[in-house]
Amino acid sequence: MIAGMDETPLILRIRWPVRLWHWINALTIFVMLMSGMMIFNAHPRLYWGKFGANFDHAWLEIGNHGPHGYLSLAGKEWPTTGLLGYAQNTALAFPPLVTLPTHYNLSLARGWHFLGAWTLVASLACFLVYALVSGHLRRDLGLSREERRPRALLHDIGQHLRLHLPRGEAARHYNPLQKVAYLGILLVVLPLLIATGLTMSPAVNAACPWLLAILGGRQSARSIHFLCALAVALFILVHLAMVVLAGPFNELRAMITGWYRLPPERKP
Amino acid sequence: MTGFSRRAMLAGSGGLLLSGCDRIVASPTAKSVLSLGEKASRSAQRLVAGNALAPEFSAADISPVFRVNGNTRPTAAAYLAQMERGFADWQLRVDGLVARPLALSMAQLRGLPQRTQITRHDCVEGWSAIAQWTGVPLAALLHAAQPLTQARYAVFHCADDFSGTPYYESIDLTEALHPQTILAHTMNGQPLSVGHGAPLRLRVERQLGYKQAKYVMRVELAATLAGLHGGQGGYWEDHSGYQWWAGI
Repeated sequence: MIAGMDETPLILRIRWPVRLWHWINALTIFVMLMSGMMIFNAHPRLYWGKFGANFDHAWLEIGNHGPHGYLSLAGKEWPTTGLLGYAQNTALAFPPLVTLPTHYNLSLARGWHFLGAWTLVASLACFLVYALVSGHLRRDLGLSREERRPRALLHDIGQHLRLHLPRGEAARHYNPLQKVAYLGILLVVLPLLIATGLTMSPAVNAACPWLLAILGGRQSARSIHFLCALAVALFILVHLAMVVLAGPFNELRAMITGWYRLPPERKP
Repeated sequence: MTGFSRRAMLAGSGGLLLSGCDRIVASPTAKSVLSLGEKASRSAQRLVAGNALAPEFSAADISPVFRVNGNTRPTAAAYLAQMERGFADWQLRVDGLVARPLALSMAQLRGLPQRTQITRHDCVEGWSAIAQWTGVPLAALLHAAQPLTQARYAVFHCADDFSGTPYYESIDLTEALHPQTILAHTMNGQPLSVGHGAPLRLRVERQLGYKQAKYVMRVELAATLAGLHGGQGGYWEDHSGYQWWAGI
């Protein structure tokens, strides 16, 4: 593997502003997800509409019957003991292993969440300005006319499902599904997370009531906030899986130093 | 192989930072760093919200059941005696840094110009409930009491307590003078129930639930929150580290 790699040249694939943002963002996102799960633990029920509390219908609930955890979704209850609702001898929706702080503390979780939120917004804004001005967005992340064709996207989905990742020259640039995933997170999920996060604030609701109206009311916004966070968590899982499949050493080197070695073509 | 060592360093520091988060925040420096987010939110929200009104709703939006929260039945003998008499002798005091301290009966409060609003109550835990509130704008009481120039906060002293510590909360004068900030005695057209803070509770509509002090006996104007119990400005702020700025 190492010998084969030596045959292809190293290319400068990721410039320093992207790398810097990636690692700041990675850390921030983990703080946000972990503190967010602790905040969710304070009231582990989700609703649609302008209001929602214990006596109103929740479309999602994580809870426990004694030492038995459950997830209730759309009227059905699924046992989740050991994962959600009751795990690590703790009757909380999300277990201590994944929350920040480890033990129930709403105010500290909020402290982390708001510090993280400002960091996330500031670094994302800097990154987006850089990506626009430098051409990174258009050149590296934008899909070409060819790539936008449904047939091409379907083909790429098929390749991914067979775990046939691009090699050689084809690996020089991001592949179409990769671009769709990055753009989706950057331009849809993160902005929606930020917008719904802002509407959690009664002060911002007073300043921008239209934002709440667009999102369908505070409890709908809270549900969308949770679903977007779930989307980010799933993105991270797939992202990490792809790093492992594509060669973790080469991928990590690229994201740390910028230098990437094109994976050699498969031998026929 | 610089990639390896740099990667190891990065992964190591990242792991340390996340797993060590609980220990980090035990130090006062870390606590002040962590509070930067709250400070930034406070400045930004003050800036964008100005004197804007919280959204108001229609009667159709009112929650069928508005759950009670916090203390739902004060245990102090004086309060229970008042309750027996239907709060006929309840008195609201407005004092502290004012030129004219006030003491008002419920009848006097009801005789002042009233404001009715249908607003949403957002608990810090995440739930929301909508109700109609009627009461006296706090601004009217403050104008009558004439706060001194050094007054910066309105502190609410309440009749309920947690294990002997009375409930108290505070807001700054921007929130106190906001037109939707009222001392409510009526909820959904009915006299305030004991569970919801009878006979008088604060509604400060651009702040979270723990600011909505119930069973209000006294409004004290103050220059600082330092001398108030633990010094953080409210019962939950002192007891559980809740952020004093409750705009989010």
